[in-house]
Amino acid sequence: MTTKLVAIAVAVLSMTGMAAAKPLKVVGPWEIAGIDPAQSGFVFSRMQVAETLVSVDADGKLTAGLATSWSAAEDGLTWRFRLREAARFHDGSAVTAAIVADTLRKVQGGAGALSQVPVAGIEPDGEDVVIRLSKPFAALPAYLVNYTTIILAPSSIGASGKVERIVGSGPYRVKSLTPPLNMQLEAAAEWAGAKPGIAEVDYQAVGQGETRALMAESGEADLVFSMLPVSVERLKRNPNLDVRIATIPRTRLLKVNAASPLFSDVRVRRAISATLDREGTTRVILRNADLAATQLFPKALAGWHDPELPPLKRDLAAAKALLAEAGWTPGADGVLHKDGKPFSFTLLTYASWPELPPIATAIQAQLKQVGIDAKVSVGNASEIPARHKDGTLEMGLVSRLYSIVPDAIGTLRDDYKSGGSDWGATGWSNDELNALVETMAQTSDPAARAPMQRRAIAILQSELPSIPVTWSELAVVANKRVTGLRIDPLEVNYGLAAIRWAQ
Amino acid sequence: MGSLPSAGRNRMKRLVLARLLQAGLVMLVVGILCFVLVRALPGDPAMRIAAGRYGPDANITEAAEQVRRELGLDQPLLVQLGASLGQLARLDLGHSVVTGLPITKELRIQLGATLWLSGSALALSLLLGPPIGLLAGLRRGGWVDNASLGGAIVLRSLPPFVLGLLLILVFAMLLGLFPPAGYGTWRDLALPALTLALGLAAVSSRVARDAVAAVARTPYLAFARLKGLPEAVVVRRHVLRNAAIPVISYLALQAIYLIEGVVVVETLFGIPGIGHALVHAVIARDVPMVQGTALAMGLLFVVIAMAVDLACHWLDPRPKRT
Repeated sequence: MTTKLVAIAVAVLSMTGMAAAKPLKVVGPWEIAGIDPAQSGFVFSRMQVAETLVSVDADGKLTAGLATSWSAAEDGLTWRFRLREAARFHDGSAVTAAIVADTLRKVQGGAGALSQVPVAGIEPDGEDVVIRLSKPFAALPAYLVNYTTIILAPSSIGASGKVERIVGSGPYRVKSLTPPLNMQLEAAAEWAGAKPGIAEVDYQAVGQGETRALMAESGEADLVFSMLPVSVERLKRNPNLDVRIATIPRTRLLKVNAASPLFSDVRVRRAISATLDREGTTRVILRNADLAATQLFPKALAGWHDPELPPLKRDLAAAKALLAEAGWTPGADGVLHKDGKPFSFTLLTYASWPELPPIATAIQAQLKQVGIDAKVSVGNASEIPARHKDGTLEMGLVSRLYSIVPDAIGTLRDDYKSGGSDWGATGWSNDELNALVETMAQTSDPAARAPMQRRAIAILQSELPSIPVTWSELAVVANKRVTGLRIDPLEVNYGLAAIRWAQ
Repeated sequence: MGSLPSAGRNRMKRLVLARLLQAGLVMLVVGILCFVLVRALPGDPAMRIAAGRYGPDANITEAAEQVRRELGLDQPLLVQLGASLGQLARLDLGHSVVTGLPITKELRIQLGATLWLSGSALALSLLLGPPIGLLAGLRRGGWVDNASLGGAIVLRSLPPFVLGLLLILVFAMLLGLFPPAGYGTWRDLALPALTLALGLAAVSSRVARDAVAAVARTPYLAFARLKGLPEAVVVRRHVLRNAAIPVISYLALQAIYLIEGVVVVETLFGIPGIGHALVHAVIARDVPMVQGTALAMGLLFVVIAMAVDLACHWLDPRPKRT
């Protein structure tokens, strides 16, 4: 009798346990600094709350987002985006071409990626959004993947004209949002596509990498993004966890001021590149020697990596010879001198990414071997653009993302234009590269683009306005309770809706 | 406590008035100091704000120009300071220049989280520290005294992040009792509150022990025992009340330790608290947020100091000789 009662009680308890939906607990490093799409749109895009017109698959191929199809007129100036039929916002209202056109017009006037597109006008036309350009620009759809272009319902905007709540059109809707660290999502009834496998999601931002690893290990979190390299080996040994690693289009590079007397000679830039022990640095600090950047773009960036290109590699003898050729001779203190001045400068970096300062000190030690004296200074991320602007930057170690627009042409256009840019070249410009980039931006045929891409990479490899140091990877840990995880190297959409509890 | 004699009431009134005046001064000084200090820091504030808003992958130079125009950072500094103080005088804390949210809302969320955390930590520390101190003080040189001295030295010399990590290892990883980080439920609060509470209790147990030991040596206690009062009554009536004054005064000082410890503990445990917010606000040169946070913390100290004064006055109503 007692055993029967216990059995019934257990059965009832387990049923109530099942009825109460358990949320998927997601942990990541990204804080929601402000809910404006220009600031935190990437969180709402990755978590599938809001959609952009165009999306992208894991191979970098553009796919349908809020727009199911798009086409350009013969002259390449008028683009037409057809919206998904019956698309609804989470407040029940319809996603109309007028709302989309309004949103995009506003975004285009801001400082985001879309502001770099030569747009002449954005108008609704029936179910289509029509974007008119002032000159042909084949990469336009790729710019519409950028998170700053997520489309929100008019009810998101408060009386002040600012975004005050997030009312998107994705599979999940915001249930509660407590910036900067917490967000709860639930399956949106308005979503017409496949129902999310797990109805509720809890997102928690945790800045400390060690704490994130502990949350994965203790089983508190189901899905943890961005693990530190030092934790990965330990996590891989845990039988309850599934560690996935993807190479992401992010390169850590030395941003060199090619206008400064120290680095204006290309032989000096090549010597510095030949001094770098990329393999040692990546093996020790990033725990993966394959991340040594032998050219600017990693293999994952289809079309932008040329396996035929002679790799950048360590060659101290060649480095010393190049420096001697450029007129640098060792002084009594072991530091190189030229015209009575020592080869001494500040290597500026920042701590937004925890691995940058240790990589900077490793580079400092490597440069010392050929008589170059670098002082490492760790500041705020904004100091590098500030020093770039006032011309006082000598060398900076930066982490550059090439998927702000999924077509790397977006970043290249900005980084190596004449006058350079925040994270691109300083004091360096190349007419051939500029012409190539502009032609590529207007060319959509991959076969026609391929030789131009190879030539552009070759110019950057030979001139070294930025000296590549390491590529990057994203480590994601999933508890084996969940299944259906898909890693998106472009970090546009984490596909949470496809995740299910493993049975 | 019954009705106070009128001299005592006047003293209380003066106390409260003095503290209110102090609060007004705190507001003016904090408003000016925050503005001047934050703007005196090196670097272009527009660039810092842009980096704080849009992150380190953004086109910061271009965004900074928009920020400069939007916030009027190109106007003379005195004009900006005047506008900032004028806003404060209207009791309007304004909006964060990074998140765009009203400071009052930011404070409600972030200061609220910190108050929950510090309140729980303080309560936990009161459960641990003073009782241990009482036992140690009543038997000076006994094993409780020696063990609690050793424990206090170890706990107070461990930085909060080390202590926090140790607690995570034991309670989250080994025992699986509490989550290692997070915010929202009391389970999430357990480990960060314990991290802070152990540091607080380490010192408050010693303060309580010394206070109890001092009372234990007094003639009035010897007399209380001599006249035959049971030990429990001696402790309750004479030891606790007299020893409580330094312990409660010390609570005000502990509030400062809490703010110091809270910054690290909040970051470690992923709590959206005021310490975490203040660090980010200083980095991003978010003057309204720094002002609002410093003001809220300053006023909080005034309130704590006032509460402690009142509590001490209640414990020891004898007028103070000055």
